[in-house]
Amino acid sequence: MDDILYKDMILDLYKHPLNRKNLESFTTEKKSHNPTCGDLVTMQVLFDDDGKVKDIGHQGEGCAISQAALSLITDKVKGLTKEEIVAISEEDMLSMLGIPISHARMKCALLGWNTLKSMMNEL
Amino acid sequence: MKDSLKQHFPIYTSSPDLAYFDTGASALKPQVVVDKIREYYSDYGVNIHRGLYEASDRATTEHDTARNIIAQFIHAEPEEIVFTYGTTHGLNMLATSLGQDLKKGDNIVLTAWEHHANLIPWQQIAKKTGAELRFVDIDTDYQIDIKDAKKKIDSNTKIVSFGHVSNTLGSLAPANELIGLAKHVHAITIIDAAQSIVHLKTDVKKLDVDFLVFSGHKLYGPTGIGVLYGKKEKLEQLSPVSFGGDMILDVSYNSAEWHDVPYRFEPGTPNIAGAIGLGAAVAFVQSIGLDEIIAREDKLTNYLINQLSSLLNVQIIGSSDPPKHHGVVSINIAGIHTHDIAEILNRHNVAIRVGSHCAMPLMKKLGLPGGTARFSIGMYTDEKDVDTAMTALKQAIDLFTQIM
Ligand SMILES: Cc1ncc(COP(=O)(O)O)c(C=O)c1O
Repeated sequence: MDDILYKDMILDLYKHPLNRKNLESFTTEKKSHNPTCGDLVTMQVLFDDDGKVKDIGHQGEGCAISQAALSLITDKVKGLTKEEIVAISEEDMLSMLGIPISHARMKCALLGWNTLKSMMNEL
Repeated sequence: MKDSLKQHFPIYTSSPDLAYFDTGASALKPQVVVDKIREYYSDYGVNIHRGLYEASDRATTEHDTARNIIAQFIHAEPEEIVFTYGTTHGLNMLATSLGQDLKKGDNIVLTAWEHHANLIPWQQIAKKTGAELRFVDIDTDYQIDIKDAKKKIDSNTKIVSFGHVSNTLGSLAPANELIGLAKHVHAITIIDAAQSIVHLKTDVKKLDVDFLVFSGHKLYGPTGIGVLYGKKEKLEQLSPVSFGGDMILDVSYNSAEWHDVPYRFEPGTPNIAGAIGLGAAVAFVQSIGLDEIIAREDKLTNYLINQLSSLLNVQIIGSSDPPKHHGVVSINIAGIHTHDIAEILNRHNVAIRVGSHCAMPLMKKLGLPGGTARFSIGMYTDEKDVDTAMTALKQAIDLFTQIM
């Protein structure tokens, strides 16, 4: 089936997520919840001495869209500083996904990005 | 049984391809209900309560008639029917009022499958009074474990309140047994009939329950209207929790004397159109006949469960025995999040509900953080709807099993 939302990249990331792991040690951690679909995510970030992301992990339950978005955003921020992460815009996140996101799925698409952003702001 | 009941529901004129499986959240509205409400607003849309002119007299009469129709539908007396704004409102009224008499050492018994509406109000009361909340467990067939109920209900139990039919599992609570246990210890009994009212015959006399609540919109009626039934003597002992006009007999600057039941629980201008619309909905259900509706729904549930069970990867979250389902069948599909199931079904015009169904503790207990995909049916649901849903489900499963 040809499907613009569930294109191969999204399904592939859902089946084989990136950075889906638990970090032994981390600088900061945050839990987030999207009650409309039951998505629950925990993100952990470890910064190195230069203030750059050394490692990042996420765990939790979620739909294909939220899981793919989590893989993408966690991969994107590796090596970035806090300021650089905060500068990633909503548009950047959506263009990484590269699929049309309906109003109903916006929360799923932005769950990881939102969580990461508020983590950085709380640092 | 052959002819479709869809003809009574105008949504199928504007959306003929809709396969609606979300009756558990809200039932579709028949034309007669829409007409009745429009008639009120266009022909006599004024306040009730003894306006000394014709339109108000008509509104009052229609409002009273609605109360009578609903009373007869559940085998109650009209003065035992309190109009509320819905199940949630009714349960909050009961918890707030009955909670005033509770103290530390008392306990309130609910079940593991309660909707948040029959959970959070009691949590608040428990916090305030120090009373303990207890939850009757469910067994491996997703039914109420009556042995556990016998342990949980004891001489300190003051209230037993339970969902008659689980909005997630479709299971029916053994109401007579639970009420029997509660009566034995002189506890007050409450039934949340939000789901059962539309799929089962409700006889408050036979149930011998103290209070029973439901919502109009799940019974083919309008939103914003509901019913709190109370045995007359129990209503008379219940203190009102909201106050204002129309609920009083006599008022001075410093005190007020309550009106009779049920009026003392209906302060302010009520949802007049809602009550009249609900009366029309109940009359409509009676004109089709609950026996006929139940027969159709049983047959359809059987078909739905058989079809769902034939799909690989689909797990029914509920009894595997179709007669134990009352309007609701929840599933989980290994490897597909419920949100994705709903999205793909929507592309086929199949409307289902996914998530925790306002029963988060139950979802956690069952180990289903993404909740379930819930199919809930009404009198209009037919085999063609099920077939459409199956085609869509197969496509979802294919899509998600493609890449491994
Ligand atoms: C079992 C049960 N109780 C309570 C409610 C709450 O009903 P309402 O939202 O109409 O107040 C619902 C509706 O979802 C329900 O299914």
